[in-house]
Amino acid sequence: MEKTVDIEFTLNGKSQVLQADESMPLLWALRDRLQLTGTKFGCGMAQCGACTVHLDGTAIRSCVTPVAVVQGRSVTTIEGLESGVAQAVQQSWDELAVVQCGYCQSGQIMSAVALLEINPNPSDEQIDQSMSGNICRCSTYVRIRAAIKDAAGKLAKG
Amino acid sequence: MSAFGKVNRRQFLRNLSYGGAGLMLGTSVAGCSTLRNSGAGPAGEFEPNAFVRVTPDDRVIVISKHVEMGQGAYTGLATLVAEELDADWSRVAVEGAPADTARYGNLAWGGVRQGTGGSTAMRNAYQQMREAGATARAMLVAAAAQLWQVPASEVTVTAGVVSHHASNRSARFGELAELAATQPLPGKVKLKQPQQFTLIGQSLPRKDSGKTTGQAQFTQDIQLPDMLTAVIAVSPKAGGVVHSFDASATRQVEGVVEVLQVPAGVAVLARDYWSAQQGRKALKIEWDNSGAFTGSSASLLQSYHAELEKPGVVAAKAGDAEAGLSAAGAVIDAHYEFPYLAHAAMEPLNCVMQKRGDGVEAWYGCQWQSGDQETVARVFGIDKQQVKINMLLAGGSFGRRANPVSDYVEQTAQIVKAYEPAVPIKLVWSREDDMRGWYYRPMYVHRLTATLGADGYPLAWRHHIVGQSIAAVASFIDTPNGVDRTTVEGANNLPYGIPNLAVYQHTTPPVIPIQWWRSVGSTHTAYSTETFLDELAQAAGADPVEYRRHLLQESPRHLAVLNLAAEKAGWGSALPAGVFRGVAVHESFHSVVAQVAEIEDAGNGKYRLRKVVCAVDCGVAINPDIIRAQMEGGIGFGLSPALMSEITLRDGEVEQSNFHDYQVLRINQMPEVEVHIVPSAEPPTGVGEPATPVIAPALANALFAATGKMPRKLPFKGLVV
Ligand code: FES
Ligand code: FES
Repeated sequence: MEKTVDIEFTLNGKSQVLQADESMPLLWALRDRLQLTGTKFGCGMAQCGACTVHLDGTAIRSCVTPVAVVQGRSVTTIEGLESGVAQAVQQSWDELAVVQCGYCQSGQIMSAVALLEINPNPSDEQIDQSMSGNICRCSTYVRIRAAIKDAAGKLAKG
Repeated sequence: MSAFGKVNRRQFLRNLSYGGAGLMLGTSVAGCSTLRNSGAGPAGEFEPNAFVRVTPDDRVIVISKHVEMGQGAYTGLATLVAEELDADWSRVAVEGAPADTARYGNLAWGGVRQGTGGSTAMRNAYQQMREAGATARAMLVAAAAQLWQVPASEVTVTAGVVSHHASNRSARFGELAELAATQPLPGKVKLKQPQQFTLIGQSLPRKDSGKTTGQAQFTQDIQLPDMLTAVIAVSPKAGGVVHSFDASATRQVEGVVEVLQVPAGVAVLARDYWSAQQGRKALKIEWDNSGAFTGSSASLLQSYHAELEKPGVVAAKAGDAEAGLSAAGAVIDAHYEFPYLAHAAMEPLNCVMQKRGDGVEAWYGCQWQSGDQETVARVFGIDKQQVKINMLLAGGSFGRRANPVSDYVEQTAQIVKAYEPAVPIKLVWSREDDMRGWYYRPMYVHRLTATLGADGYPLAWRHHIVGQSIAAVASFIDTPNGVDRTTVEGANNLPYGIPNLAVYQHTTPPVIPIQWWRSVGSTHTAYSTETFLDELAQAAGADPVEYRRHLLQESPRHLAVLNLAAEKAGWGSALPAGVFRGVAVHESFHSVVAQVAEIEDAGNGKYRLRKVVCAVDCGVAINPDIIRAQMEGGIGFGLSPALMSEITLRDGEVEQSNFHDYQVLRINQMPEVEVHIVPSAEPPTGVGEPATPVIAPALANALFAATGKMPRKLPFKGLVV
């Protein structure tokens, strides 16, 4: 049943080789094998978004993505964010004091960055739609919405 | 990087101290067991007391006795110290205090228990933290006076700089630290008057940083050398125990290191979480459920309703409610049902623990130091002083981490004790473990009965509350005359002037493990009392705000908060077609919150909650932006049980398991929120909980205005999009 494979992929801009059971979710490979703990475990079944990372620029739930899937592809985690969009999002998040406990926020930020990368000026409905897979039990939603708009404004100004 | 679990100690320590979540490894916090001056701390630091340290490089380290779980405790406590110390906010950092009740007891609990809860952080520490800061300031001033040979009365302090203007001399805190440590501890220090505050009242940036970059360290993130991850299989029924088990398949799973039976269940220890989980799935366990509860929510509900016919414990009494109810005309009568609720914090429960010499050390988002220490000490048969607890950031809690019997901590202790090698072990609950891990907000049934006088105001009011008693689990809660305030609070202290009133408490058998849940008794009493009041107002043909105003004449704080919310919401102004408002006001944890919910018709008999206007009186506003955040968050948290969340039982087993069937509020259902804070110079009261119980009744009252039907069973699914 278990099959250990060598997986080569790009992780936060650097090439990475990992030996792992091919069915191990990317989340646990990142957290327990590569010590990248910024990506969080919240539900393990694609319900909460805490584990969101980017796979070739698209937001995915790493808790249900077998690590073998990333073979030859590029993974970005919260630790590796560096684009202009990402910086704007993190800055707006800090300025608007979005965070409470913070446990969901890596995932929120990864989803928000992915949204703004494809839609630089999202409406409220579009924000709600693309962020509704990310639960925040502290209910920081009001500020998440505001921070995404704030970041969009920053990016529009250049 | 790819070697399992190998992070060197320095790296580990650096990670942990990032963002103010530092540990106390290797150094004592205050270097003394009392609040007396200890002289110099480590490496020329100045440690005047257990709560503050000044380093030679001008940093001010505030020691937080309260856990930071998102509510802003670190920032609030640091603000209090920094205010009286006249510190430079940008140089202030926060560290979590160790478990030590003598120094860090919660003064709201008489100082005899250390922990965080009941929205007490600012309230209990307001004086204590300011005195800690003022003491440090006085000693820095004395040091400057000695150094410069000038009168202390001429020395001033501003933003971390000590000055003597007449001689044009100044020094930074760090430069004076060593000398300050030699100064005598001042007697009584003089604290600022509220109008002198420069930091309190400002929305200072938070000190629990590192949360937007993935750097903040939660329990889940702890990596220690040789650490193993444990998961535990427990009976799906409360009270069930292991009868027998077969771990042969588990032991074949790559990465599994050990399988152990402990009193709580069967633990699987592995190199990593995934292996541990795979190992647990392969376990074959037969449970002995002979002592377990095997009933269902439906059967419990039935028995709760039957309780209503029996006499209860009198929790409040004024006039003669029975006479009032039989004397007057129309009787208004309503039954309410509230399900069990899971806390479901984003970080599933977890705890890291290791045997250390003849003691034990633990790392986790500890919310209940005294109880956890006692529990671990009992498991190991050691003294509680030998249990060292390092308090980390918690990824939410909503009450759950302050478990009255330290359940998850005890499980960890049992596993660490049972596993011979003294390596650190991280117990990780899956989301399913967390959802099914008991200690829920209890299920309740209420009945409210009232009659109105000729003037339309309540003449008599009778309230029955049926449910399990939290005090029965948490034995340190006093129950004067058998009254458990966690059951009846909010109902037995109604702010309304009602001449004949009786509140009865009916305690049901303790079949399901329960505990407090953000805002405790108010989670249900605010709902029944505030929606019932709207039903009475309607029966009287009165406006809900006007009706409350009349009844609140003896409750000026409630009245002021209600008026502020009503005014800001434009209560009474004409509404567009299809838009409706509802209001509720409620006091919990010494703070009063009023909310006006505004809904709009979304078609097909459904409504959208579009806006909430919230007013709060929480005494002096230490950090207005954090207060706003807690109101916003409390409203969102309170919407989940209103709209979708419930834990139900069948054959003694919890039917829900994860966020697909225990649904919680998502961003698309979050309303716009506007917060107004009543200006106040009174000592601060809680903000973590008081917004939570108000939103469900405010929303229900808006639905009542729209439909003429009051939801009396929570959650009211399908009404709000
Ligand atoms: S942990 Fe992956 S979506 Fe929740
Ligand atoms: S900030 Fe706590 S769960 Fe989102």
